[in-house]
Amino acid sequence: MSDLTKLTIAQARDAMRKGETTSAEITADCLTAIERAGALGAFVHNTPEIATEQAKSADTRIKGGDAPAMCGIPLGIKDLFCTKGVPSQAASRILDGFAPEYESTVTTQLFDAGAVMLGKLNMDEFAMGSSNETSVYGNAVNPWRRSGDEAALTPGGSSGGSASAVAADLCLAATGTDTGGSIRQPAAFTGITGMKPTYGRVSRWGIVAFASSLDQAGPMTKDVRDAAIMLQAMCGHDPKDSTSADLPVPDFEAALTGDIKGKTIGIPKEYRMDGMPDEIEKLWADGTAMLKDAGARIVDISLPHTKYALPAYYVIAPAEASSNLARYDGVRFGHRAKLAQGDGITEMYEKTRAEGFGAEVQRRVMVGTYVLSAGFYDAYYNRARKVRALIKRDFDQVYADGVDAILTPATPSAAFALGEMVDADPIQMYLNDVFTVTVNLAGLPGISVPTGLDEQGLPLGLQLIGRPWEEAELLNTAYALEQAAGFVAKPEKWW
Amino acid sequence: MSIDTETARRVAKLARIKVEDDALPALASEFNAILGFIEQLGEVDVDGVAPMTSVTPQRLKRRDDVVTDGHQQEAVLKNAPDAREGFFAVPKVVE
Repeated sequence: MSDLTKLTIAQARDAMRKGETTSAEITADCLTAIERAGALGAFVHNTPEIATEQAKSADTRIKGGDAPAMCGIPLGIKDLFCTKGVPSQAASRILDGFAPEYESTVTTQLFDAGAVMLGKLNMDEFAMGSSNETSVYGNAVNPWRRSGDEAALTPGGSSGGSASAVAADLCLAATGTDTGGSIRQPAAFTGITGMKPTYGRVSRWGIVAFASSLDQAGPMTKDVRDAAIMLQAMCGHDPKDSTSADLPVPDFEAALTGDIKGKTIGIPKEYRMDGMPDEIEKLWADGTAMLKDAGARIVDISLPHTKYALPAYYVIAPAEASSNLARYDGVRFGHRAKLAQGDGITEMYEKTRAEGFGAEVQRRVMVGTYVLSAGFYDAYYNRARKVRALIKRDFDQVYADGVDAILTPATPSAAFALGEMVDADPIQMYLNDVFTVTVNLAGLPGISVPTGLDEQGLPLGLQLIGRPWEEAELLNTAYALEQAAGFVAKPEKWW
Repeated sequence: MSIDTETARRVAKLARIKVEDDALPALASEFNAILGFIEQLGEVDVDGVAPMTSVTPQRLKRRDDVVTDGHQQEAVLKNAPDAREGFFAVPKVVE
């Protein structure tokens, strides 16, 4: 077989089971592709020995005849996941040299299912960013370019390395995490599929915490079927995460019938933003028409508190981050600053954190500290949590009225150039998450599906938002949209 | 609400992040931009709304109060920047 790296998970699974190829062959081709793709900055710690060993075991298991779907599938793992004995730095200097003594639940489940780890993937530092420009490793680069233009574009963030690697066929799929849009926005910027499951569907144990009430891991894949297959392997109750749901995990792939006749799709009027590019507007209208043609009923809905989602997020996420990141103190792991004569423990903390955290992380930790500080806790933090309750209530109401899923744009624009936002105020960067952040605040499942190209030849995505715990139905709606959109474009190889 | 240099200094101190004096004005101005954005939340009528404590209505799982793990001193200390004689080592904290 040729072009093994271009295979989807489903294609590779079927080909390996038929004996047409082996995990060893696919893995070797991926490792070669990674070696040649340094210009993308996607992989930051390569693990070829582990990959080769895992592929060998997978091939034995596949020959045995009862291997799970993920067996032998080479993956990239976001640097946010703790992987035993392998650097896991959250793209931060403060975790320089940290090699965990334990394995995250998600990677444990993937490896138990026979998946192969090719290496760790670039990301924004502590998953704080929308362009992968806050990483200690340097930028990850989008394999897509504007037509006739060589400017390096962002793959989005924070799961920028994951998005770049999957879009460039360096791996068959990758893990991502999503706190405000960090799976769905990069997926949209790179023409791949990215899914954030319902809060609690996937264990957070062993994933470096950013904002614990918002963080969820999910799959970043080449299509919707792969998202279903990979999500299946990532999900499930974990006693080590008290917020992980003790609910049965349905067969997601079996739910992909493509039949959405009679389903009700809501179109929220508040997502029609001032100054939204015509192309996004058109993409959204086209997507709506596709779902209608597939037999869905389209209804206009209102989610009145949408406007307040970003400001609420920028209180809650930094507040939780300031608490979660308090553990980086130079005592137990990672970087410790060199101390001057007479420096005490406070100087050690302060210097270590000043050297170890990048500018955006420092900014968010301090904003979080401020909104939680005496005198401001009620005015900011508690008010944001009340607004969050109202945002969730908006969704509860439309779902109670019979809406099955909600269709929105995934991002307010196509991928922008690296460096383009450097001088912008931080709020401009935060606006990237305007369509995705509501989903985290309400704990809902959301999926970004590539549905078109803009005038400059860059991919654009639409987002579908589902009911809590109904990932199977959501994936099926996404599958119907994917079939109708027929998005097959790939970036032209320049790296 | 406007944040001045003194408040920025206090927040940096609370967050245990060393910020040089000459960087404080820029920091204060960034805080002000972000807090200005957050101020919009003041427009929302939140009367009678309880602050969200859990996004899913589930009760947190409880486990039996028993020891399930332990005896991992070596693994716990493995990544420490300075570990001696089975302990984390830090600058002297008691005079």
